[in-house]
Amino acid sequence: MTPAVALDTVPRIRRGVKCTYDQIRSAHVVLFPEGVLVLNETAASVVALCDGVRSVGDIAVVLADEYDGVEPGDIASLVARMVERRVVDVDG
Amino acid sequence: MAEAPFGLLAELTHRCPLQCGYCSNPLELVRRDAELSTEDWRRVFDQARALGALQIHLSGGEPLRRPDLPELVAHANSLGCYVNLVTSGVGLSRDRMRSLASVGVDHVQLSLQDATRAGNDRIAGIKAFDRKVEAAAFVLDEGLPLTVNTVLHRQNLDNIAGIIAMAEQMGAERLELANTQYYGWALRNRAVLLPTRAQLAVADPIVAAAQDRLRGRMEIVYVIADYHEAHPKPCMYGWGARQLTVAPNGDVLPCPAATVISSLEIENVRDSSLHEIWHHSPSFNAFRGFEWMQDPCRSCPRKEIDFGGCRCQAFQLTGDAAATDPVCSLSPARSTVDLILETEMAPSEVPAMAMRKMR
Ligand code: SF4
Ligand code: SF4
Repeated sequence: MTPAVALDTVPRIRRGVKCTYDQIRSAHVVLFPEGVLVLNETAASVVALCDGVRSVGDIAVVLADEYDGVEPGDIASLVARMVERRVVDVDG
Repeated sequence: MAEAPFGLLAELTHRCPLQCGYCSNPLELVRRDAELSTEDWRRVFDQARALGALQIHLSGGEPLRRPDLPELVAHANSLGCYVNLVTSGVGLSRDRMRSLASVGVDHVQLSLQDATRAGNDRIAGIKAFDRKVEAAAFVLDEGLPLTVNTVLHRQNLDNIAGIIAMAEQMGAERLELANTQYYGWALRNRAVLLPTRAQLAVADPIVAAAQDRLRGRMEIVYVIADYHEAHPKPCMYGWGARQLTVAPNGDVLPCPAATVISSLEIENVRDSSLHEIWHHSPSFNAFRGFEWMQDPCRSCPRKEIDFGGCRCQAFQLTGDAAATDPVCSLSPARSTVDLILETEMAPSEVPAMAMRKMR
């Protein structure tokens, strides 16, 4: 498994990456040079909050208001997966 | 029903100022008067999006040769597609790049033939190196991500470290180093292009070290020299699974090289919709899934990984498009590939490169 990133990491959607909603698949998708990722609802909400300002911890707090059972650790590993797929950048 | 495609490779034209002998375009290039019109392409993009495509790769030949390129970019963008411009960089002025960016190009993929001006221009057949270096800067100035693309072969593999350094210098975020695939012009030039084992043995660790060193800065994608491997490269994500190609004349291809399979009945966008072709045509259904496979693929666990290798290569080297890719060590036809390696890797007399051109 991908190791999670730290909670104070600040993720940002990479340059050249577009997040959009695909009417045909009725799903959130990420479009980037390498291809297309179809996201589930949680992943889509996380990616949408990767604005280069909020930390992983902040994102977890925002999402905890919206969804039940949001674990900061889960958000951190989701962000790590997005970093690995080159959808999201973290500083450092 | 087959799953929806994610990408459309739109080969807008076969016209190209470069003459690379490794080009995988067919020897019989589509002439300008047989190219689809602007209206046709707009319809193709509409149909591709309706089918599910989210990425449109504008390629060729050289797509900048189409005067309607800005209109086509704008249309693809208006459909919500990710627009990837695949170019040689020749003809990409600062103004042109700016206007294409303003109508919605999302990413540029720029070809580089070799690490040096002399090497690059020898392979390209024209003075292109300086244009490429400039073009890379214009892409970055528009704030767009840049991928540099180099096709590897015997003539440039020894310069792999220089190619990587050049891509870094050009500011690429990604570098695709793809060993030549032998279709079209490349097949014609195989005896000039096939790398030697010694070359690969030196190049492979250089690439691996650079991948490590540049992690997070420039991603390096390395496509293996399949003739030298024990297993084939995977056929995309499987035949008719993720992407479709439309050739300059409107032919709809399950894989960019599919015209080499002369037994395949190819449909055209002038006669049929992409929906109809994607879901119902014999060509797209020919090698979908695993049912069409013969042994050894049929009973091989690796079929989920490589889909039995390349159908075009199987057809070219065995005459049967449903055969195991003869590159595979389990293929009964592997000796054909070994014989090619033996005779063409270090031919006693190296033929001249046939430069790509329209007849
Ligand atoms: S490989 Fe070379 S000749 Fe072929 S389309 Fe690309 S730039 Fe043109
Ligand atoms: S036998 Fe077929 S499936 Fe197995 S490794 Fe070879 S090409 Fe792939």
